[in-house]
Amino acid sequence: MLNVLSYAGLSLALSEKGPQYFYHDYQHINPSADQHIIMGEIHKLPTVSSEILDILKNVNDPEIPVLSVIDMGIVRGVKQTPDSIEVSITPTYSGCPAMDAISKDIHRALTQNGFQNVSVKLVISPAWTTDWISEEGKRKLEEYGIAPPQNSTAEKSVLFGEHKAVRCPRCKSEHTTMISNFGSTACKALWKCEDCKEPFDYFKCI
Amino acid sequence: MSNNKALLEFVLRHGDNNLILGHRISEWCSRGPFLEEDVALTNIALDHIGAARMLLTYAGELEGGKTEDDYAYLRTHEQFTNALLVEQANGDFGDTQARQLFYSAFAYVVYTELKDSKNEMLAAFAAKAIKETMYHLRHCSEWVVRLGDGTEESKQRMQKAIDNLWPYTGDLFATTANDATLVREGIIPDVAALKPRWYDMVKEVVTRATLTMPDANAWMQSGSREGRHTEHLSYLVAEMQAVTRVYPGAKW
Repeated sequence: MLNVLSYAGLSLALSEKGPQYFYHDYQHINPSADQHIIMGEIHKLPTVSSEILDILKNVNDPEIPVLSVIDMGIVRGVKQTPDSIEVSITPTYSGCPAMDAISKDIHRALTQNGFQNVSVKLVISPAWTTDWISEEGKRKLEEYGIAPPQNSTAEKSVLFGEHKAVRCPRCKSEHTTMISNFGSTACKALWKCEDCKEPFDYFKCI
Repeated sequence: MSNNKALLEFVLRHGDNNLILGHRISEWCSRGPFLEEDVALTNIALDHIGAARMLLTYAGELEGGKTEDDYAYLRTHEQFTNALLVEQANGDFGDTQARQLFYSAFAYVVYTELKDSKNEMLAAFAAKAIKETMYHLRHCSEWVVRLGDGTEESKQRMQKAIDNLWPYTGDLFATTANDATLVREGIIPDVAALKPRWYDMVKEVVTRATLTMPDANAWMQSGSREGRHTEHLSYLVAEMQAVTRVYPGAKW
């Protein structure tokens, strides 16, 4: 039995209408040897079998197609029994409209690979942070033309704050200016490079 | 059981604040003063709708057998419990930024305390929502300063926006006997007691904008906790619910 996560707190059943919001808190119980830890710290991380991990690595974020749901750090847990599988994902931003599409894509990918009784649920705790984007993910973002997020502690001032230098993903200049803290999706800000003059997206820290 | 009712009341209050403000801001979509700001306003609207979905879904669970849509689409305007401030019309761009400053500073001080709630769902919600709230707060603060400390025309209009919306800020902090029960149990913060912290935040922005802070003890509008709203809410609700009312249960 691969039930590696225990859930506490509130949960709701996933309906046909799509994912519902959950609170959950998970703890590791005896991860077995064939499971891989996706990202660094154990307290915020799910363990997943390599077969499932490979499938999820091929499910991309529809708004940032260069990143998989694993690179994004939004897969928060996988609960498997002999005849069912439940994947927990967390939204980047509360209103992220991509979550419904991502849920369906995960559902489809697992079903196509022979899994039955697949369910996807949305959890909101612990709150997603850009620190969970993998190093590989950050590299891919920059190659794609989106400046990767800095450490989330970089932008902490509440009312007014100096902005840290963000490197232009094209010419690598740090001579850049923020145009707007809100961009083409909830998770991005709009910047421009003063050297190559190109505007670019910056994945802002939360 | 009565505790559950008190909790439901608080969750609906904050769910409604986010729903109504999110819907109100979404009216700016395609009407922003320039493209980047249009995008910013709609992003902020989306964050509020996301926060509303979490809270109203939770309310449905507390009440049993209800969904977020039941609350958004099947209540009359008298049944909404949002603060009077968030239903106020968008006005000009300065009015919208003043409203956002008052609300986001309020949300910030409430969520800062709510993060430590003994209720795990509320704590999780606040930890999530505060990150977005900080972006909203910074964004509108920058606009209030830019307009307040701008041209003669922008300064005068920004001051007018602050003064006109000020009487609706007292109602943000309205509490009920049910709230007091939850405060005692460590489930919610005493919202009324957070007002000085909110005032200081707003004052910092208004002062930096070279504007005059309204009188802290000015007469205030009230009534949202008892279902008495300003005339603006019923129009908003009518528009928000139009499709559901005409085509109940419609799907696409």
